[in-house]
Amino acid sequence: MATDAQLFEWLCRMGDNSLVLGHRVSEWCGHAPVLEEDIALANTALDLIGQTQLWLGLAAEVEGEGRDADALAYRRDVMDFRNLLLVEQPNRDFGHTMMRQFLFDAWHIEMLRALKGHDHAEISAIAEKSLKEVTYHAERSADTVIALGDGTEESHKRMQAALDRLWPYVGEMFLSDEVDRAVCDPAPLRDAFDDRINAVLAEATLTRPDSDFAHKGGKTGVRHTEHLGHMLAVMQYLPRAYPDAKW
Amino acid sequence: MVTVQPSVADVWDWLDAVPDPEIPVISLVDLGIIRDVAWQDDTLIVTVTPTYSGCPATTIINLDIETALRGHGIEKLELKRQLSPAWTTDWLSDKGRAKLEDYGIAPPQAAGGPQQCPHCKSQAVERISQFGSTPCKAQWRCTDCLEPFDYFKCI
Repeated sequence: MATDAQLFEWLCRMGDNSLVLGHRVSEWCGHAPVLEEDIALANTALDLIGQTQLWLGLAAEVEGEGRDADALAYRRDVMDFRNLLLVEQPNRDFGHTMMRQFLFDAWHIEMLRALKGHDHAEISAIAEKSLKEVTYHAERSADTVIALGDGTEESHKRMQAALDRLWPYVGEMFLSDEVDRAVCDPAPLRDAFDDRINAVLAEATLTRPDSDFAHKGGKTGVRHTEHLGHMLAVMQYLPRAYPDAKW
Repeated sequence: MVTVQPSVADVWDWLDAVPDPEIPVISLVDLGIIRDVAWQDDTLIVTVTPTYSGCPATTIINLDIETALRGHGIEKLELKRQLSPAWTTDWLSDKGRAKLEDYGIAPPQAAGGPQQCPHCKSQAVERISQFGSTPCKAQWRCTDCLEPFDYFKCI
């Protein structure tokens, strides 16, 4: 049984993953290679921000300090964020963005499946709702990884480079500590994740890197990459410059 | 001033007259997002479930419900958000499905794709993207009349 402090910490992990990735993906708005991809990315970002409101809203309720989802999103500093290092990585090219999405979606979908039916009714309800949306994300990112990996010489080269660059951020998704184990341990989800990505990478003619070296420290807040601070500077600018402004 | 408490059936009728802000040909009741209407003493409780968690229309929908019911003289009103069971397109009414098709949006099908082009009724259709102009829609096109059209995603 999780203590309130553990529950708060865990809910911030879930909420910060969807917030940071949602913001990253939203950076594509108006810049994607074709209109359909632009719309798809904006929709994915929107789903993730919606899920953030649910996770961080519940986190704020559990904390009981009078903060709300917006206060958690906009008024915490880098070291208070609990997202995985993977999701704060910059967009780089379109292929890199889709590879990051694919790796996250493959973890996210297994995590939400494990959480659906959780003893905590609100966690279960948020997972049930999110799972429907994430099923679409996972289908699309896998399709895109296959299309680009098994595409032209140039697209294949870029997708392999993206996979090689992002691979050291996969391991952190399956590390668990007391906070995770008090709510839902991600470690046992690794096999299902591996099955899912191995099948897609094979079809995409991409080579899974050998090394299992993993950067860590994002979800425990010990050490984020330098990219997160730059992202928050943009994301939090308005609410910090005009505190309590109302539309 | 309401002197007699309106019946729950009347409230459902009123809500069936509130259009969805993004697809105004169907009502909130057609959309299947009104999960319950009940009186708790002198307070009317309307339970609403979101279509997609990030749907920007959610706040407008709540505002529209409140405006409509206040217009019918409801003074004490509470809107409750219910996430589970998660909204499914199975809850779209038959009336709503027919109106969507007339409007040019292919209604959701269990098979996962539109049955036919909402314009020329051809069954030769192909998917452009799983995502469309709102979270609840995908983009398809007809390979006979060549018109692109929205498909209401089945979830």
